[in-house]
Amino acid sequence: MRIPDLLGFARDAATGNPLRTSLLVLAMAIGVAAVVVLTALGDGARRYVVNEFASIGTNLVIVLPGRSQTGGFNPANAITGTPRDLTIADAQAVQRGSAIHRLAPLAVGSSEISVGGKLREVLVAGTTAEFIQVRRLVIAQGRFLSTEDWSRGTAEAVIGAKVRAEMFGAEPAVGQLVRIGDRRFRVVGVLSASGQGLGMETDELVIIPVALAQAMLNSNTLFRILIEARNREAIPLAKTQALEIIKQRHEGEEDVTVITQDAILATFDRLLGALTLAVAGIAAISLAVAGVLVMNVMLVSVTQRTGEIGLLKALGATGGTIQLAFLTEAALLSLAGAIVGYGLGLAGAALIRLFYPFFPAFPPNWAVFAGLGTALTTGILFGVAPARRAAALDPVQALARR
Amino acid sequence: MNTQPAQIELIGIERIFKLGDSEVHALRYLDIAIRAGEYVAVMGPSGSGKSTLLNLLGLLDRPDQGIYRLEGRDVTTLSAEEQANVRSRRIGFVFQSFHLVPRLTAAENIALPMTLAGIEPGERITRVQQALKDYGLEERAQHRPDQLSGGQRQRVAIARATVMQPALILADEPTGNLDRATGEEVMRLLEELNQRGVTLIVVTHDAHLGGRARRQILMEDGALRQDSAAPTRSQTANAHS
Repeated sequence: MRIPDLLGFARDAATGNPLRTSLLVLAMAIGVAAVVVLTALGDGARRYVVNEFASIGTNLVIVLPGRSQTGGFNPANAITGTPRDLTIADAQAVQRGSAIHRLAPLAVGSSEISVGGKLREVLVAGTTAEFIQVRRLVIAQGRFLSTEDWSRGTAEAVIGAKVRAEMFGAEPAVGQLVRIGDRRFRVVGVLSASGQGLGMETDELVIIPVALAQAMLNSNTLFRILIEARNREAIPLAKTQALEIIKQRHEGEEDVTVITQDAILATFDRLLGALTLAVAGIAAISLAVAGVLVMNVMLVSVTQRTGEIGLLKALGATGGTIQLAFLTEAALLSLAGAIVGYGLGLAGAALIRLFYPFFPAFPPNWAVFAGLGTALTTGILFGVAPARRAAALDPVQALARR
Repeated sequence: MNTQPAQIELIGIERIFKLGDSEVHALRYLDIAIRAGEYVAVMGPSGSGKSTLLNLLGLLDRPDQGIYRLEGRDVTTLSAEEQANVRSRRIGFVFQSFHLVPRLTAAENIALPMTLAGIEPGERITRVQQALKDYGLEERAQHRPDQLSGGQRQRVAIARATVMQPALILADEPTGNLDRATGEEVMRLLEELNQRGVTLIVVTHDAHLGGRARRQILMEDGALRQDSAAPTRSQTANAHS
């Protein structure tokens, strides 16, 4: 049989029984659509997290006080016991590192902000002018903190979008005086609304110079030092330099932890990648189910078309030709199901994006190929048994049955 | 070798069906020779083995014993694939219940053997057109079997059986599902083919129909009871039996 004839024959056989065909296509389509939608969700989650991390800042190295890793016995530990504070002076010293582009110290505490009789609990972040670049924040109104000596600090504050809305409503905020804790500050800028954010919620943040924050919170220690490395390649060097400098300043004791954004990101990436794979695996089960259905439907079809198969044999069709015809039919049905399912899956992913615009639910390319490939393979594999049965039919018996 | 060699030679053919523990001899030590261009009616009561004989002749079934030579070639030992090829090129079948593919049009049904044999579409169209014309089916070419009368269906089936230009046509009760007039018409078509040199073997239990053939073979209990014109067997056949 010629290939176009084979395809035409299989197509006619499939369209000859619309109910059977549509059921089969539907089953296959659901399987493929499940793979596409679920991997879109899994990969969307991965992309979402990656994007969120990227929005925190790029090439970020973060220093936090205290050691998280267990080390060997260190005589210094035996004497001091508690870790030293991470200070502004430490941060200034770290700036000397060659791989370090810029950095911002960060002191965090909670306090109250009040203006015109309104009072609100806020998170106060004490930092410097570099913070806006390191954290990639965007100013909506006014300006960020002015560049000045870190240990001094003018009484100016930059407030988050939500704080502005709640404290000032429709009134202009920039230039107004507010009371934070027991001090008066002039609002110089408002951060633009960040929407979703991992970690610190910048919408409810009040940013003031680090020296004032430490004075207000009555503490010398920093919560973090946020370091931006010169470039991506410089991240490991920036990490060791920061660690070395602080270690020297802390009398040789390694009492800080330095983490890189990349490490966290890589962990999340791996985790969510594995999750996507697992979800795809679960979805693939539905494809296997669809494959079993293909087999059953094709077996029923062979039984229903026994007379036809006998006739084809009488007309000179070899077992191979009949097997090929049935396999082609199974493959065509699976292909149709896969294409419909792919369309459904894309539509489903688009629907998710419509309802959750911040969630990048795009099916990854590998999943699409894997889904379509698995559909075709299962369709053909599960089509083999019915096709063989058809080919093995005894023509005499097949013809005798009507 | 002095006479015309037989087209079909059956030598000591035996076919046994097992039904549970008992064995049924559908065919017993059958020796038949049929020359090319003969018109043979195989008759006998139901269960006499005539359909089994036809299936054997059509290579749809294999004997348990004996040799079947078609055009001088032992076809019992051929592989299933080679047998399918022989069926495709040399044998045409006409069935009592027509056996048309319901989803295909008359023209497609006629073209089916050529499609299966992988004949070029252009060639197929010319041959189908010719067959439609020969059998007066031009108006019905695009109709499906359920839109055709019984006589038309059987004409489509005959057109299909002849489209590969076989040397041998096997008809199993070709008029069994038709009324007398259309049955007559169908037999006339088959006999016309025979007159053009195609060997025609008709299985029937209708004595009137069988009487039209030049040679009658009467079967009973799987054995040959009577052969109206047994031709002399070739020497090779004698040597084997």
